[in-house]
Amino acid sequence: MTSSTIEEQINRLLERDFSPKVLKVVNESYKHSVPEGSESHFNVTLVSDEFQAKRLIQRHRMVNQTLADLLQNSIHALALHTLTPEEWASRKEVPQSPECRGKG
Amino acid sequence: MMETIDKIKQQIADNSILLYMKGSPQFPSCGFSAQAVDALKNCGEAFAYVDILQNPDIRAELPIYAQWPTFPQLWVDGELVGGCDIIMEMFRSGELLPLIKESAANTEAE
Repeated sequence: MTSSTIEEQINRLLERDFSPKVLKVVNESYKHSVPEGSESHFNVTLVSDEFQAKRLIQRHRMVNQTLADLLQNSIHALALHTLTPEEWASRKEVPQSPECRGKG
Repeated sequence: MMETIDKIKQQIADNSILLYMKGSPQFPSCGFSAQAVDALKNCGEAFAYVDILQNPDIRAELPIYAQWPTFPQLWVDGELVGGCDIIMEMFRSGELLPLIKESAANTEAE
């Protein structure tokens, strides 16, 4: 049993595995057709040296691995923006998540 | 009756550009799938799709086979390219277009 929220768990796991330079976890569930207070849709921005010389799909797989249990049981949608510190320095913004279409 | 996993392998083998999505390209049922479709359409090549809302067996099996937990999933030449965020990022960076064009050209040449 754990009393921490999904958002807190995501933060803790990503902190543990990625020593992030930047970590932003936003609960976007309110944008979707789920009950108020739900923790189903998240948007994560993660800047880490762990991503050096790795392709996007590898970076996402690393994050999926870290969050595997949560993805299986709690998280319905995970928007993921994975950058190296250099990429982040030249960017400093990530795209918005799309609006929900309401069916799953 | 074909096993789901064989069905998936067949689909991936038969379609060089394949999008597993929620809904159809005309009527996407999810914002992430809609974004992926828009990016792909922008590349100007034909692509195949599978609506996983109509195929619950594929919706259940593909994430295990692909080791990728979410939809949409873009497969090109038998390889998983990624989900919505990766598709959009590659679209913005200009990597998606040559990938799609090359795959379409190779398929035509066969």
